[in-house]
Amino acid sequence: MAQVLSVALLVIGAAFMLIAAIGVARLPDLFMRMHSSTKSATLGVGCVMLGAALHFGDLAIAVRALATLVFLFITAPVGAHVLARAAYFAGVPLWQGTLSDELRGHYDRATHTLTGPNKP
Amino acid sequence: MTLEGLLFGLLSLAIFLALTRLVRGPSLPDRAVALDLMAVLTVGFIGIYAVVMNRPIFLDLALVLALIAFLGTVAFAHFIEKGELPWRKS
Repeated sequence: MAQVLSVALLVIGAAFMLIAAIGVARLPDLFMRMHSSTKSATLGVGCVMLGAALHFGDLAIAVRALATLVFLFITAPVGAHVLARAAYFAGVPLWQGTLSDELRGHYDRATHTLTGPNKP
Repeated sequence: MTLEGLLFGLLSLAIFLALTRLVRGPSLPDRAVALDLMAVLTVGFIGIYAVVMNRPIFLDLALVLALIAFLGTVAFAHFIEKGELPWRKS
């Protein structure tokens, strides 16, 4: 039973990682690509690590796999946020069909600080 | 087609698609995103390889690679935002 569940988790994880790669290859804009790569790939690796922990069935190995999972779940949003912020400052163009960019005009590009809409 | 062939095929295709974005990406942040995705996909590949080969020692490798990939992403972001390498203050 645990083997069946483990294999199912591995296949689901591989499928999620493939979906993330398809999104990165085909979406039109950096920020859309980043949304695909961060969320879907992290979920895929999470499924794979859960499947590995179930397959080996040993506590010491399962703790290592779950440590990898927790570490990825903590660092993936941090890394994506840092990279998206850097890309926004670098002036990466948005997709032509983008309807609203709520950050436009609120970032001071010289000092890299956020100024609210109410400040003069 | 065996099951591990299916798993390795899916992940190889995924890494190849990320590689096309790495080659094609119009700007430097696009390439940084593609490299980050390739590192995460490699972590998943190592996890699947450890299960298929029945060698749990490879899971340690996956943990180390996840750590180094995060450091690489942050260093790339720092380079893109500040325009200089973090250890070379002018």
